[in-house]
This record gives sequence, C-alpha cells and structure tokens, in this order.
Amino acid sequence: MGLEGIGARVLRKEDKRFLTGAGRYTDDHKVAGMHYAAFVRSPHAHAKIKKINIKAASAMPGVAGIFNGKELTGDGIGNIICGWMVHSKDGSPMNMGAWSALATEYVRYVGDAVAIVIAETLEQARAAAEAVDVDYKVLKAVVSVSDAIGDKAPQIHPEAKNNIIYDWEIGDEAATDAAFANAANIVEMDVRNNRLAPNPMEPRSALAQYDAAEDHFTLHTTSQNPHVARLVLSAFYQVAPENKLRVIAPDVGGGFGAKIFIYPEEIVCLWAAKKARVAAVKWTADRSEAFVTDAHGRDHVSTAKMAFDANNRITGFKVDTLANLGAYMSLFSSSVPTYLYATLLSGQYNIPNIHANVRAIYTNTVPVDAYRGAGRPEASYLIERMLTASARQLGVDPAELRRTNFVQEFPHQTPVIMCYDAGDFGVSLDAAMAASDYANFEKRRKKSEKNGMLRGIGMSCYIEACGIAPSAAVGSLGAGVGLWESAEVRVNPVGTVEVLTGSHSHGQGHETTFAQLITDRFGLPKENIQIVHGDTDKVQFGMGTYGSRSGAVGMSAIEKALDKVETKAKKIAAHMLEASEGDIEIKDGEVMVKGTDKKLLWHEICLGAYTAHNLPEGMEPGLKEGAFYDPANFTFPAGCYICEVEVDPQTGTTKIEQFVAADDFGKIINPMIVEGQVHGGLTQGIGQAMMENAVYDDDGQLLSASYMDYCMPRADDVPSFQVSATETLSPSNPLGIKGCGEAGAIGAPPAVINAITDAIGHENLTMPASPQNVWTALNMAEAAE
Amino acid sequence: MYETSYSRAKDAADAAKQMKAADDGAYLSGGMTLLPTMKQRLAAPSDLIDLTHIKDMDAINVTRKDVTIGAAATHGSVATHAKLMKVCPSLCALASHIGDPHVRNRGTIGGSIANNDPAADYPSAMLALDATIVTNKRKVKADRFFTGMFETSLKEGEFVKAVTFTAPKRGAYAKFPNPASRYAMAGVYVADHGKGAVRVGVTGASQGGVYRAKDMEKALANDFSADAIADCKVDTDDMLEDIHATAPYRANLVKVMAKKAVNKAAE
Repeated sequence: MGLEGIGARVLRKEDKRFLTGAGRYTDDHKVAGMHYAAFVRSPHAHAKIKKINIKAASAMPGVAGIFNGKELTGDGIGNIICGWMVHSKDGSPMNMGAWSALATEYVRYVGDAVAIVIAETLEQARAAAEAVDVDYKVLKAVVSVSDAIGDKAPQIHPEAKNNIIYDWEIGDEAATDAAFANAANIVEMDVRNNRLAPNPMEPRSALAQYDAAEDHFTLHTTSQNPHVARLVLSAFYQVAPENKLRVIAPDVGGGFGAKIFIYPEEIVCLWAAKKARVAAVKWTADRSEAFVTDAHGRDHVSTAKMAFDANNRITGFKVDTLANLGAYMSLFSSSVPTYLYATLLSGQYNIPNIHANVRAIYTNTVPVDAYRGAGRPEASYLIERMLTASARQLGVDPAELRRTNFVQEFPHQTPVIMCYDAGDFGVSLDAAMAASDYANFEKRRKKSEKNGMLRGIGMSCYIEACGIAPSAAVGSLGAGVGLWESAEVRVNPVGTVEVLTGSHSHGQGHETTFAQLITDRFGLPKENIQIVHGDTDKVQFGMGTYGSRSGAVGMSAIEKALDKVETKAKKIAAHMLEASEGDIEIKDGEVMVKGTDKKLLWHEICLGAYTAHNLPEGMEPGLKEGAFYDPANFTFPAGCYICEVEVDPQTGTTKIEQFVAADDFGKIINPMIVEGQVHGGLTQGIGQAMMENAVYDDDGQLLSASYMDYCMPRADDVPSFQVSATETLSPSNPLGIKGCGEAGAIGAPPAVINAITDAIGHENLTMPASPQNVWTALNMAEAAE
Repeated sequence: MYETSYSRAKDAADAAKQMKAADDGAYLSGGMTLLPTMKQRLAAPSDLIDLTHIKDMDAINVTRKDVTIGAAATHGSVATHAKLMKVCPSLCALASHIGDPHVRNRGTIGGSIANNDPAADYPSAMLALDATIVTNKRKVKADRFFTGMFETSLKEGEFVKAVTFTAPKRGAYAKFPNPASRYAMAGVYVADHGKGAVRVGVTGASQGGVYRAKDMEKALANDFSADAIADCKVDTDDMLEDIHATAPYRANLVKVMAKKAVNKAAE
C-alpha cells in the first residue's frame, strides 16, 4: 500500500483550503454586472393566487425585473420532472401533479415560489420582494398522510385522487398471508419515521450568467451532480441546449441528498438572467429559506407484522406504509419509499415471504426526497425495531433471534428483488457484542438503578444497498437515468496526473481518496495528482455523488481507466527498454524490467508518449484514457451497531453511554476518511433518533423552521464512538468496495431506540426520543400500570 | 436588515435625549436578541442607541454582601468576577451557562432583564435575589419590574442602569435547557436569605413569564430541603406549551429543577 496508497490514512489534501477559509463556494463567485434575486414566497400552505400586483415593487430602487409563473411557462420553461416512474399495483402510472418552478394558479406549501425579483443589490431585491402584493384565496391545507387520504381532505392536485400518488406493492401477498395463517407467533407494531430537514452547512445557491453575444449560459450551483443538472435543465426545462449551458458545482459544503435535485431557484435564475437582460443573477438561500425549500427527508407512517414459526424463524413479514412526498414530486421522490426502501425489507435475514404495500401521498408540506440513506434508513428502522420488539415478546435475546435468522449462504435471493452477493453478518454482530461488553450489561444496569437511573442496551444489524446498478436493471424498474460512472486519466508529459471524474465531492474527501488509487498504482506522490470534478466543461459526463456510490462506482471507473493507462505505459516502456511487455513493472515512480537493473523513470515514459519520437509501430501519441463503468449489481454494506443509554426518569433525558459500530464496507481505501464518514453518519442517525423533527401545525406552517426549534445534534450530544470494520470484498466491482457514506444514518436510529425502549421497559416510544417524548412514554406506562 | 442609524450614548442624559429625538428608536445593550430579530427583518428601529459605552455602566461593585452590577456588564464578566464569586457564586454560575462564549462576551445583564424573554435566565435570579432595578429615572423592586412575557414596567425612554441586591446566605440556579435553542425550558433560582426568608424565581415555564413560586418559598422557609417541596403543586394551566414540552412535562421540569437547585444550594 505504501504511505499514501490504498489502505493508508492519508490526511485530506483539500482540508488546507477548507480549514483556512480559502474554499470557493458558489456564493464566493462574483462577476461583473451581477444582480441579486429574491423570491416572493407563499405564506400559505394552500391557496389560489388571485392577483399579483408588482406596481409598487417595480418602481423601487435598483429593480431590474419581476417575473411570475405565467411568464415562465409562457416562455416555454417546462414543469419540474420526477426522474423515476413508479406504477401502482393496478398497472397505472403514478398520478403526478404539475410543478411549475414559479407557481401559476395555486400555491401548495409555505415557501412555494410565486415570483422572482431581480435588483442591483440583495437588500434592494429583498425590499422589493416584500413590496410585491399577492392576493391569495386561502384554501384548507393538510399536512399529515393519514388526514390527506381521507375523503374530506382538500384535493392538492387534480391528478391525484385522495392525494394518493401511487398505491404500490412488492412481494407475494397471498404467500405472505399464508405464512401468517400458519405462524406460531405474530408480532405487530406501528412505526413512525420522523420528518427531517437536511441542513447542509452551506445553504443552496445559484449564480446564473448569461452571455447574450454567445447566447450561452453558465450556472454555478450547489449540486451533487452537475451533469445531471445540465441534462435536466436542458432536456426537460428547455433553459438552453446542453452545448449552450455550462454547469459548475464548485466547492460544495455538504449535500446529504438535498443537493441532488434541480430546484425551482436554479431554473428561474437562469431564465430570469436572460429575460431581465442582466449579466448574471445570484441567489443564496438564508437558513430560514433553506428550512422551507430544501427537500425534506423520511416522514413514513407504517404498520408492520412479523410471523415466526415455533423455532423463532421468521416465516413472513408484512408492511403497510404511507409515505409523505410533500406538495410536489421532487426529482427522485418516487423511488425513495419504493425501490430504495421496500427492496431492503428482508434486512440481514432469511425471510421467505415478504409483502409491502406503499402509498405515496401529497400533503401541503415541503417536497420530500432522498436524504442520507434514502429509503434504507426507513427499512432498517422498521426491521430492526421489529426484531428487537419480537425478541422481547418471544422472550429470547435480541442477538440470538437475529443470529437464528441471519442469511448464511451467498448469493441470497430475497423475495423483494435484491440478491445479496456477499457478507458475514455474524462476524459484525460478534465484534460489536465483544466491543460493547454486551455480556456484562446487566451489571451495569444494576449500577445505574442504584443511582436512580434507567439503563438500556439496543442493537441494530443493518444492511443497505449502494451503488445503485446496473443501469439496465434500474431502467427496467423505472429509473430515468443510467447509474454508471465515468473517469478520464490524463497523464501529462512531465508525469503528473489529472483525473477527471463524474463523481462530485461535497465533503467526502475525493481529492485525497481518489488520488490514493493513482499513488498505489504508479507510486506517484499525491502532490503530483489532481482530481478534477464538478464542471461540465471539463468532465465529459458523470452521474454525481449520492447513495454511497462514489467509491464503488466512481473509483471503479478510475480503476478501469488506470488499467488502460498502465497497459499503454507498459507497451511504451517495453518498446523503449527493448523488453517484453509482460516483464515491465511500474513501482515507486519507476518503470523497470523485472529481474534486471534496466529501468526508466515514470516521467521519461510519459514524455516519450508525448514526444512520440520512439513509440511502438502504429501507436497513437499521448497518454490519456477514459472509461465508463456500469456495475454488475448493487453493493451491500452491512454491520452491527450497539448503543447503550442511561435515561433520567425525572426529566426523560437520555445520555448515550457508549456506541459501538462494527461495519463491513468491503475494501477501504482511506480508513481515516471512512471513520469520519461513519462518525458523521452516526451523528445524523442519533440526531434523527433523539433530536431532529420537522413539525408542521395544522395550517401547514413549519414550526421547527430555525435552530431555535429544530434540534441539530451537537458535539456534546454524542459519545466518543467505537468503530471497527471488517472487509468482506464486494464481488461486483474491481476494488471490492461497498460504500460507507450512509451506513451510520441507516443503522443508528433503531439501535438508539432499541436501547431506550429497553431502558423504559416498553415499545411505545415515538421517534425522536426527545426528553419530552421519553418522559411521556415513561409516565404513560406508569399511568397504564 | 432594514436601514438603521447607530450611535453610542455618551451618558445617561444623552441616551434619553437621543431616544426622544428618534422616530422609532431602540436602546442597544449587547443586542443578542434585538440584532438577530433585525437581521430577520422582524424589527426595524430607526435608531439604535448603544448604552454599553456609557462610563461605568459595566462596573461591578461588591461591598461586603452588597452587590451592584452595571447594566452593561456582560454575562462573561459576571461569570468570572472574583469578588462576586465569593459572595454570590450562584449568580456567577448562572451567567456562565447563558448562550455560548460569543453571547457571553456581548450580551449584558441590563439587556437581558429589560427584554424579559420568558426563557431568559437572569430574571429568575433578580426575583430570587430580591434585586432592585436602577433605571435612569427611579429604583424599582424586581417583583414590580417584571410584568409579563417580554414586558417590564420600564416606561418610554427609560432604561436599566444597574441592578443591586444583597447576596443571600446560599443560593443556586438549575435549568433544563431546550434541546434545540438551549434557552431555559424550566429554570429555577432558589435563594435562602436567612431567618426563614427564601425566594424562588422560575423562568422558561410560565405563560405569564418569570414568576415566584410562593408555595415552594413557604415550604423551604420551614425546611430548606428538596423533600420539603415534594408536595408543592405546579399548576399546569399556567405552563407554556410548545413542540418541545407539554404543560405537564414543563410543570414536572419546574419541580425537578427546583429540587436540584435546593440540593445544590444546600451542598
């Protein structure tokens, strides 16, 4: 591996600029003639727009233009799309309502954009936006899924009767029902997965430039996938053809899924820059705006039941889920509660019969889409809560019930599409139990009891699917895009290397990890390697970063390109050294003939490729290769988390005493970065489990719309994590990588809630387990007794 | 933020004069609430008159047990004042847990009590310490100063110059922070002034803002122990309710924090 190769804890190259304030984010970019945009947003969750009066606002200082939704659609800007078609169980396509980037007739959530104001300064734009007078007829709003499907609920889109977007199912219902009919034991539970606001550190931002002479647009934006953004902006929203639109996602300060989607603001800023005849329009969300416009995550209400035979083997699992998709269908919203959720309902277990029914529901809330984990945390929470509750009900140890039902042989075909290719679930469970001293928990519990505290321990054995692939398979399930990745390796004449990747780093450390592949392959120092990403003018195409795919898919593309570079370099070396190609070895920056002292320096080969004075017969000059990589299957990271808590029964405050993570991510390139991803994921998972909650009132006002009320996890909320990893290689990609970006957020919530329910002695606890909810759960139990 | 004019008052008379001249002026004493509100465009005073540069406005004087704290004294300076620490460590401890280091180095005691945020910490201390609020016009007892949520008996143009009190025999403050904002969701200041005079100030919990828990005071006057208040009732009808705490939960927190404060004071 060397000091900087695969497996080395290389410090992050990019941190110098991030830690010294030298990062260049979208809002840091400024151009001559730049104007500022402010959006006029709906204060109502549901209303008809009667009239928009811009007279006073237009006359205000600095105002260059005020435009509304009718002008937008009038100019041929297309409605916002959903990129994954899901069909209901009756075969009908999903009932999708129209979403115009600026509302035309109706507003459907608080924050829905009605008009854009462009002015010379930000203050002028905001002042004029306040002066735009919108006359609304306020309509009844609905915010919860259970209310929204009722006959008396307001109809949000004419296309979706009873606000049901689709009524979808997976698995064999008859066989599952039969399993329940023959079950020795049945365990039932209701599970709510709380709604989350994503909160990346950098809010969303767009800088839309229009060059009238060239009729060419450039968009700097906070995107996890700039190429997909350009494709969609061009092909569906008709902003400009792809060759007339350059999209740059420069340094991006966190995404967590919320920056996958192409939002109204980017579309409108591009269109409005041209329409207002200004050189550029800049918009940056403030935090309050982010709370009501960034796509939220989760928000499921489910009922589930599990059937067991007399030996505690699971024979059936049946789930009914209502998924809140908010007021409009965001880009990948349809796939999250279906193909990213229900396909994982088998967990780590051999379950012969599974049936899940999912209804996706419109409500008058911010659109809901993928958020770190996307569907998989919902599945993992459901199964792992179920396993622990079942163990308690059946009177067996939660670890033993899991072990009894683990998938032992691979490949394993689940009844819900997924085919697990590799794993060793018992190893992670053993590791986590040993690290947490699970065996001596009861002693610790007694000690806590003496101090008047309640102690609990809980586990979760999660599995997830990353690197969504292959493209043909996801296409057959309704995906509108292919989910491969591309890379180009450019070796310069002096031997330095640029790697162009379609993956996008917004905090993951790609500039370091990806460089380690090149260092490992050719022995070049990391200073000689540049990772280039996030610019459609530089990188030909790419699918971006989400779903923990950049390692498994993005780095695999780089590996393929490196194979080609190595092959050509060896050919050149063999020719120059008059040796056989098979005897050439590249190591530590030298190219040598095995078993001899004949060698050249790496840069001599590179220079040779470009001078082309002495190349093999018929070989093209240069040393630059590209590759596209489309994986053969998903990858399946898995692991076991154990959480131990102490609850203060007087206040309901929960303290995490220890948190153990034993993960299997396949091959690990940089353990330090992987551990960082696990720490961050666990913190987000603990945030969901104990703190974060996006709450609406009945009128559709977001009550938790600032950090005064939306509780983000802070450093003192989490313990010092004990993390470890095993490496069962993924057979689906050349490096054996599975992916690590989401695991913590997927596995942590059930571990935490299983621990707290252990402490309080019953299952009736709503997530997040805030002090209030834990205290209420404790006192409800007391009242019941 | 809307446009506003900012000026520093030279002395108390100058402050009052500037306020009179302003269209819609506001005194600024740290601005830890006012400035964020202005940034969100929810407040738009025409003039900000900064009181914190008036001479000696930030002075803290301790003579035997008599304490005077200037209105512009920051939470940080109250938290770390050596003489105050000797006579009234519970107030220093309270100040040391307000906000974060940035807030503690800008926010002031005068600003806090004049704003009388129902979740602010200082008002409970002022009640429990039986403090006198000195304004540019008069002296008023804390009991008559706090009149409701965000409301005080300050009249137009009037501002807080200092607070004075006699340090209690013993005292302590216990707060349960809101998990998100970390403001007090229930904060109880208990002060034992000796000879059966016990005062209990409660913040963060009541719809009426900061208040004295008089039944707890009575119980503690006879027996200064956590057990003594075990039977005291906290009326849930008076409690604030929000997404973080129902009224019964808040009432429970008031009781639990009161016990905690008594135990701490009795240590």
